[in-house]
Amino acid sequence: MTAASTRWFWYASPQTFYPLAGTIARWCGIAAAILAVIGLWIGLVAAPTDAQQGDAYRIIFVHVAAAWMSMFLYVAMAFWAALGLAFNTRLSGMLASAIAPTGALFTFIALWTGALWGKPTWGTYWVWDARLTSELILLFLYFGFMALQAAIDDPRRADRAGAVLALVGVVNIPIIYFSVQWWNTLHQGASVSLKSAPSMAPIMLKGMLVMALAFWMYSIAAAMVRVRCIIRERGA
Amino acid sequence: MLDVAACLVRRDLLLAVREKSDVATALLFFVIVTSLFPLGIGAEPDLLRAIAPGVIWVAALLSSLLALGRLFAADYADGTLEQIALGAAPLGAAVAAKVLAHWLTSGLPLVIIAPLIALQYDLPASLYGVLALSLLLGTPVLSLIGAIGAALTLGLRGGGVLLSLLVLPLYVPVLIMGAGGVEMAAAGMGAQGHLLLLAAMLVGAAAFAPWAIAAALRIATE
Amino acid sequence: MSDFLAMGGYAWYVWGAYGVTFLALLLEILALRNRSRKT
Repeated sequence: MTAASTRWFWYASPQTFYPLAGTIARWCGIAAAILAVIGLWIGLVAAPTDAQQGDAYRIIFVHVAAAWMSMFLYVAMAFWAALGLAFNTRLSGMLASAIAPTGALFTFIALWTGALWGKPTWGTYWVWDARLTSELILLFLYFGFMALQAAIDDPRRADRAGAVLALVGVVNIPIIYFSVQWWNTLHQGASVSLKSAPSMAPIMLKGMLVMALAFWMYSIAAAMVRVRCIIRERGA
Repeated sequence: MLDVAACLVRRDLLLAVREKSDVATALLFFVIVTSLFPLGIGAEPDLLRAIAPGVIWVAALLSSLLALGRLFAADYADGTLEQIALGAAPLGAAVAAKVLAHWLTSGLPLVIIAPLIALQYDLPASLYGVLALSLLLGTPVLSLIGAIGAALTLGLRGGGVLLSLLVLPLYVPVLIMGAGGVEMAAAGMGAQGHLLLLAAMLVGAAAFAPWAIAAALRIATE
Repeated sequence: MSDFLAMGGYAWYVWGAYGVTFLALLLEILALRNRSRKT
């Protein structure tokens, strides 16, 4: 075991991770605030009014960022859950539990903002197409995870049971992501791709990315604060 | 390993035969629920024909959910589950055997009785085959996924409702493919796509669910 | 300024979306602060 790898495992203990979590929370919180101000400026002021959708399109700056976070956070949660199951580390399970409520919140925000964007643009608040339905299921998956953990008194059993559930549900994420390709849906197709140039004005793309980054920094900060609470509550 | 599995299947089937009321209750629930919709929505034949696949599938879902209660509960209560977990055979195989026996007594009856319900809904007889096939492919998936939930919630307060909250979101893809297939067939387009996807789900569930169920059981019995 | 608030006629939708987002995140922060204080 080299010195470098032992340094990684140094932070696997809740007690040593606790102060690090506090530092991360502070810096990510500040980053989130700054990025949010920039993102809101771009989204609400700097970006021009869309030719077809008018000012209603500005909702995408929160909607898309929240949707990305809802999927990303679930994968992160499943990742820590898997690590906890594989290595039997307490902190991994705590991190998974810390991420869940924030993930559920962003899923709700994605659904809500999507509905408010859908009404003026496509005429309806809701439709049972593949992407909206699977995003709704994602919300239920988050709730199921939190409910299961709440129902189990023993924290170790709660962590492991939640981990199995999270891993079973992770199959839903690719379905949401690819749903717009696999099915003809009312939801618009992917405008942002790793492979090709985006099909929207650069400033809109920048705004979305900045807001996504802001939400990401916020999520890290929230998860760090929550994991500190969990560490304190478990007396670990 | 196979002889242990066969032994477990035989045992569970024997227990089910002895307590016929458990099996009958879930089946009766299915029949009663499907009767409620025409009473509540009105018995207009065109409407019933349109909603039949969805209603029958949702009733099958709920009946499957109800039946999950008795999958592990009795064995957990009297310690048999721990003995099975400690035994020589891999827990995954034992669990697959239990789920198979469970499906034979909870899912298969639904497949058999579904055409009768379809008759009540004035579904054309040409669709009975597709309906039964979709349920034949889908109900084992429901049993397998449901067993994961049942194993996770063993002995917990909140019991059945918590199980529903965990399992119903995971059931949704099966419901969409199953009911959707029958609706496609009703509309004159083929149901092959949906049925093939259902078959894929069955293969995937049969391959991976036993591992998840065994992991969940180990967590619950420690 | 009033143009900004009117959002081209879509005020309810845009501010409804941004407003609920902001509210939800604020509630989460407050809940976390509350939880921090309890332990």
